[in-house]
Amino acid sequence: MDIQAILSAATGGHGAVNPYAAIAYLVAGILFILALRGLSSPETAQSGNRFGMIGMTIAVVTTLLTHVPVTLEGGLDTIGLGEILIAIGIGAVIGIVMARRIAMTAMPQLVAAFHSLVGLAAVAVAAAAYLNPLAFGIADAAGQIHVVSRVEMGLGIAIGAITFSGSVIAFLKLNGNMSGSPIMLPGRHIINLGTLAAIIALTAYFTQDQSPWVFWTITGLSFAIGFLLIIPIGGADMPVVVSMLNSYSGWAAAAMGFTLGNTAMIITGALVGSSGAILSYIMCRAMNRSFISVIAGGFGADDSGGAAGGSKEQRPWKPGSAEDAAFLMSQAENVIIVPGYGMAVAQAQHALREMADQLKKEGVNVKYAIHPVAGRMPGHMNVLLAEANVPYDEVFELEDINGEFAQADVAFVIGANDVTNPAAKTDKSSPIYGMPILDVANAKTVLFVKRSMGGVGYAGVDNDVFYMDQTMMLLGDAKKMADDIVKALSGSGH
Amino acid sequence: MDFISIFSIFILACFVGYFVVWSVTPALHTPLMSVTNAISSVIIVGALIASAAAGSATSKWLGLAAVVMASINIFGGFAVTSRMLAMYKKKER
Repeated sequence: MDIQAILSAATGGHGAVNPYAAIAYLVAGILFILALRGLSSPETAQSGNRFGMIGMTIAVVTTLLTHVPVTLEGGLDTIGLGEILIAIGIGAVIGIVMARRIAMTAMPQLVAAFHSLVGLAAVAVAAAAYLNPLAFGIADAAGQIHVVSRVEMGLGIAIGAITFSGSVIAFLKLNGNMSGSPIMLPGRHIINLGTLAAIIALTAYFTQDQSPWVFWTITGLSFAIGFLLIIPIGGADMPVVVSMLNSYSGWAAAAMGFTLGNTAMIITGALVGSSGAILSYIMCRAMNRSFISVIAGGFGADDSGGAAGGSKEQRPWKPGSAEDAAFLMSQAENVIIVPGYGMAVAQAQHALREMADQLKKEGVNVKYAIHPVAGRMPGHMNVLLAEANVPYDEVFELEDINGEFAQADVAFVIGANDVTNPAAKTDKSSPIYGMPILDVANAKTVLFVKRSMGGVGYAGVDNDVFYMDQTMMLLGDAKKMADDIVKALSGSGH
Repeated sequence: MDFISIFSIFILACFVGYFVVWSVTPALHTPLMSVTNAISSVIIVGALIASAAAGSATSKWLGLAAVVMASINIFGGFAVTSRMLAMYKKKER
């Protein structure tokens, strides 16, 4: 009885709330808001990140102080405390090593892996709360869990499990361990909706009957649906999926926050949940895809676009060399560089930045134009350029720079394709119709770096820009091409 | 706290989140994701409670496992965010 009194007082459960702890959690929550607020500009972002760290430290220390491990006699359990500190230490080492070693091109995988851990941690916490509800102050003396807590717990475990299994699949697809092409099960919509309905029904039933089979069936079905939801989604839609899973990891934290009555968790969950939802929306808008159609999956299934390409007429196009490109750009006043993911795959960002440096030396005004889906996750291309020491004030978003192509002498497209395709504006039958594009066709000259004329973009459509009079196709590997242009430029400078 | 007060905080926080996230510059959307990743690991609070509680060994070990996972995320998330943000530089004039 003693131990229960101590625990319920310490948890600040539905009985007694420790006011100091409650205020500390609120402060942590506010610091998390400031962490995101800092990201409104690169200048304040680092201090925002520090607010986040301080907030997390406050939340962890508060919990450690109010939930000191106690032995059955009521004394301090030093072994228990040691185990907790070791667990934190293990996590710290793994986390920091991962953060240091990861290549910036692999950020989407890392983020997916981190999401899966949040999901699994949420499942573990919900399961722990289910097995020991008294410790969480969510049950009466007879061990009956409060009805509201059962709903919250059911939601928490379902969202956590979906986040986990969905993120694992997203990780495998992004990391190339699993093909990016969609896996379409027959009748998958019926299977998915049925599983979802079963989870909801079981959560409702859980309020009446807290037997283990109900709890674990919800858990199992939720793991399954996370898996089923992501396998049919194609590689091109992964930016949306990663954002969506980001959102889920937030809702999972919020659901656990409800269970524990913890404001830091609720505020954070709401912040992260909204953040992921907004990023998903931005990504969908950038591809002109509805969220429902992304979730329904199947996009990018038709990778055999080459077959259709075989039957199309051969249109004339103009080839160019690195020297031609160097000459054209060094004579230009304004050059806009349009990088795409292909540029990052070829590891051409450093060579590209050198090229821009050379041009700037010759008095050329160089800017970068970024399409929202230029990378593999929101803002990915900006990070890749920043890594190559491209100043962030030379990098512009689509809506800020699109009007400037008309004044540009050269648009230099490297590793991008679909995001420049005018068919998105003119051809109603095109799969990318309606997608906002970068208007490179408005520039006086378009230099288009591409591996070969055969390949098509993610969407599998031909691009009219290749065949325009003012377009020069620079065929070759993006990095080699950029290097050659740098050589040609420095040659002409002497 | 009763459900309604918690729910009120949640709804208000959703609005705060909505406005704060729209004010994030698109150039920093990747760091936004990694930092939200780190802060969503505040779920470690629940994991610590489970690890510290006496009464169920299974519950305690689940808690400790969750502490490890959440810590990976916290340290990894903040570290990788900081590493990325350090790369954003202004033009030298």
